[in-house]
Amino acid sequence: MTPTHLLDTQDWSVADVTALFNTADVMAQVMERTIKKVPALQGFTVGTLFFEPSTRTRLSFERAARAQSADVVSFAAGSSSLSKGESLKDTLRTVDAMQADLYVVRHAVSGVPHQLARWTDARIVNAGDGRRAHPTQALLDAYTFQKNFSGFDGFAGKKLAIVGDVLHSRVARSNAELWTKLGAQVTLCGPRTLLPPELEQPNVTLTTNIREAAEGAHAVMALRLQGERMQAGLLPSLAEYRVRFGVTEQVMAHAHPDALVMHPGPINRDVEISGALADSEGSVIEAQVANGVSVRMAVLYMLLVGRK
Amino acid sequence: MFLNPKATLMNRAEITRALTRIAHEIVERNKGAENLALVGIHTRGVPLAERLAALIGSFEGASPPLGQLDITLYRDDLTEIALQPVVKKTDVPFDVRGRNIVLCDDVLYTGRTARAALGALTDMGRPAVIQYAVLVDRGHRELPIRADFVGKNVPTSRGEVVKVRLQSTDGDESVELLEWR
Repeated sequence: MTPTHLLDTQDWSVADVTALFNTADVMAQVMERTIKKVPALQGFTVGTLFFEPSTRTRLSFERAARAQSADVVSFAAGSSSLSKGESLKDTLRTVDAMQADLYVVRHAVSGVPHQLARWTDARIVNAGDGRRAHPTQALLDAYTFQKNFSGFDGFAGKKLAIVGDVLHSRVARSNAELWTKLGAQVTLCGPRTLLPPELEQPNVTLTTNIREAAEGAHAVMALRLQGERMQAGLLPSLAEYRVRFGVTEQVMAHAHPDALVMHPGPINRDVEISGALADSEGSVIEAQVANGVSVRMAVLYMLLVGRK
Repeated sequence: MFLNPKATLMNRAEITRALTRIAHEIVERNKGAENLALVGIHTRGVPLAERLAALIGSFEGASPPLGQLDITLYRDDLTEIALQPVVKKTDVPFDVRGRNIVLCDDVLYTGRTARAALGALTDMGRPAVIQYAVLVDRGHRELPIRADFVGKNVPTSRGEVVKVRLQSTDGDESVELLEWR
């Protein structure tokens, strides 16, 4: 039985993830047809609750809901208008009056989706909370690897390198959890100031050397560099960051010959990733966006159908 | 409560004879096999479609193209059910537009599967004609749907279960009538 919510990849077993990927395959078929719509979620309402701006993720979820004929209600709020505790609860109360069956929640504070799950009877999908987790991103990344890596034969023995601001990245945390659970090795790479030692695990290694991280990797994922990190003094100059941690053709020369180049988007061309590499044959950045819709369709289907 | 066998409705030879007759009827109705395509509904409609296509091929020279349809995403009870159905792949490797399509299934009962299949199929394009072939029609329709080709009409009560077993899916070949007791 699928878990009630998707708060964390941790709560989903390998069997759950496999079932999700199989369902996503069917959803991908739907999105290849002329009529990109099925009636599966007719009568269900999906609410998007974005306390932190995100055009892409919200768009992807709304597409996933509408392609299955669900109704969508959207609530966008600056997290500034909400302190914690009661005002969050009040917001949920207001939104809950719309009677959504499932909420897609993004919040700058870690743990908010978990809290909301305690307050409502609706299903909750975490679309990113603080620096803690972004489960659908990790799921679509692993799914994209499974679909696109030449001759894919399972995650065992595969190596994923994630490069960039690991400290502030929920994408890095969720991917490390999911890929190691599926049997892969993960290397996290970034400046020492942005590489929290507690992320080191039996199958997760940390390094400040990008060549070491890329060595033999089957996928190299660049994380978006956010400008404000620079101001906080966590980074040297942009030029130095680019030289030491930019994912380039030279870096990929150390990776597996069929290695995939990944990025959760939106990309800063020629900052964390070389523009030419992002457009190259090994880049699956666009596939990640398309697969994002299929995987989110599968998430909505699995959380909503068969619950009565 | 256990499902107890009540009667054997069709044996191996009877199934083969019924399918042979249906194959001939399909070709007769469509005036040949030229524009024809067969689409099986998961699970047992798929091997039935394969067998009908092979039979048609054996007397018309060429087998019509085959597809398989999973109707889960088109069911009308997804907001009400307690168990999540596993979504299977749909594979219709030809253009449905302008074709004479024969939907194939093992048992016609309420008609809801056929309704869902019509939705799934027409979302792929606009076939010239859609016809419906079933091995067993057991009655109790809940929608205005009927089959064009029927292997055997069987009067049943709602408490009974019709179980079709086919060589490729079940390793055996029969149609059984069972009853909860």
